[in-house]
Amino acid sequence: MKILVCISKTPDTTTKISFVDGNTKFNYEKVQLIINPYDEWYALVRALELKEKGLAAQVSVINVGLADSDAIIRKALAIGGDDAVRVNAEPTDAFFVADQIAQYAINEKYDAVFLGKETIDYNGSQVGGMVAGIMDVPFISLASKFELNGNVATAERDISGGKETIEVTAPFVISCSKGMAEARIPNMRGIMAARTKPIKVIEPNATEKLTSVKNYELPIEKAGCKMIAADNVEELVRLLHEEAKVI
Amino acid sequence: MSVLVYVEATDGKFKKPSFEAITYGAKVAAMLNVEIHALCIGEVSDDELKSLGNYGANKIWFVKDERLKNFDPLVYAKVITQVESQTNSDVLVLIQNFNGKAIAPILSARLKAGLISGAVDLPLMSGDSFTVKKNVFSGKAIANYEMHSAKKIIALTSNSIAPVATENKATVQEIKIELTDADFKLKVKEVVKASCKISLADAEIVVSAGRGMKGPENWGMIEEMANILGAATACSRPVADINWRPHGEHVGQTGLTVRPNLYIAIGISGAIQHLAGVNGSKVMVVINKDAEAPFFKAADYGIVGDVFEVVPKLNEAFKKFKSGN
Ligand SMILES: Cc1cc2nc3c(=O)[nH]c(=O)nc-3n(C[C@H](O)[C@H](O)[C@H](O)COP(=O)(O)OP(=O)(O)OC[C@H]3O[C@@H](n4cnc5c(N)ncnc54)[C@H](O)[C@@H]3O)c2cc1C
Repeated sequence: MKILVCISKTPDTTTKISFVDGNTKFNYEKVQLIINPYDEWYALVRALELKEKGLAAQVSVINVGLADSDAIIRKALAIGGDDAVRVNAEPTDAFFVADQIAQYAINEKYDAVFLGKETIDYNGSQVGGMVAGIMDVPFISLASKFELNGNVATAERDISGGKETIEVTAPFVISCSKGMAEARIPNMRGIMAARTKPIKVIEPNATEKLTSVKNYELPIEKAGCKMIAADNVEELVRLLHEEAKVI
Repeated sequence: MSVLVYVEATDGKFKKPSFEAITYGAKVAAMLNVEIHALCIGEVSDDELKSLGNYGANKIWFVKDERLKNFDPLVYAKVITQVESQTNSDVLVLIQNFNGKAIAPILSARLKAGLISGAVDLPLMSGDSFTVKKNVFSGKAIANYEMHSAKKIIALTSNSIAPVATENKATVQEIKIELTDADFKLKVKEVVKASCKISLADAEIVVSAGRGMKGPENWGMIEEMANILGAATACSRPVADINWRPHGEHVGQTGLTVRPNLYIAIGISGAIQHLAGVNGSKVMVVINKDAEAPFFKAADYGIVGDVFEVVPKLNEAFKKFKSGN
């Protein structure tokens, strides 16, 4: 089985969010960029585990992004990816990204596409389902467990009101959430090996633009916290009822 | 042209997120001056379906097919695109829950329709284009998205719009869908219903606790508070990581995002990654023994004190309040 793992570049989780150019662009200054945690911790690591068990022959990494993505791609290779491809374009919207990934997966005959359940910047949960939709293959959404037996996958996933265990034959797309695997830290040997692993750069396909961000806003600051004495909990109950009207 | 809203029933009953989605769809339809259709897949009584009309739906369609008993996003998307085409709908509204997150992007790819997942407000319309607000950076910012495509899909975040009941009455009708056995590529082996009575993602009140609880054996008082208030329980990430609580309760940037009316944080420090998943809550209460805990900066109401003293007293006060109401 050939697995393609999608990685996205996101600001580190401690980033203080701000915008520039009249609030139309994210301010990347002094921001540390990381692999989207869901892509790294769950999708990539689970794919690598399958390879280590001899259930997958190849784990490739794909990113849609400009040359500033190379650092996170190298990290994915240091963790254990075999090779990588970068689609040389600014990732403008989810459909654009999904179209690039789907076309590549079809052309290169990948059996499975793995990605995180969402990115921590745009929180779309979109790319996985779109890739499945374009490829017309089953979509294992929001999976927290995944096993492989030859070409047949068994997965547990979140559905409204509970969990579902499903079985499906490759090819498929899977979006990974917590529970799939444990995060790994690249070791020295991995980092050295990553230096010589190939990163192929390809140009994007033309794709329609379905959405775009017009501008951003920051949430309205809270008026401040009203403090209540620890021996006066009745006052909190009263405020929640009469002032906040939430109970 | 019309608006189509896809809703879901749990055990044959619709819940608030469905009524919110219908209300949202009805408002969008009114802005466009078109009809609003609702679609439901599965076994739901006629009366229950009709209840969707109270929130503004004009026509309610249901699909009956034994093979659709279990959830498969690819097949559900196929059903929805057929209904979309039969009802001539250009705007689709879904709920941004686990199933919505799986179906909406497939629909977007199939219909070449722009998708806003997690909309928190009604669209602004100018000509053919919609501008829709959505939370980004895990709730640390809001983006105004423009939708350029002719067809548009909006997946609505729960608790973003209040359901409005009206005098409206709707017609209920079955709709015929063509599916072949080859469409069912996915085999469902088992479905386990969530054990908690109130699902965390849709809860209006969330009682959440962190490492300050010292150990899993102390969660009784947290569950008690949740019971009294009809709330769902949640926890911080380390608590789920060390298996004090199930993973499904983990909220924050790398867990579930919640937007309840009331979020009560007990013994949680308020790290930026935790706040990211909860700061969309309308009102936040923080109980922490450390007056310098960062969570107080994000909170509306705070108590500085030991959870083991404050929470039992607060539970008594909540109980008294509930029995007086
Ligand atoms: C990449 C990344 C992603 C992350 N994602 C998440 C996420 O999604 N969700 C998340 O929650 N965290 C996340 N974290 C972890 C986060 O940074 C914090 O470590 C975590 O939220 C702390 O959990 P806590 O508040 O329960 O524990 P602590 O930080 O240990 O805080 C415990 C609090 O309890 C108080 N306390 C202790 N005893 C008592 C008592 N008797 N009475 C009253 N108060 C008491 C203390 O004063 C303290 O404020 C992430 C971290 C990273 C690096």
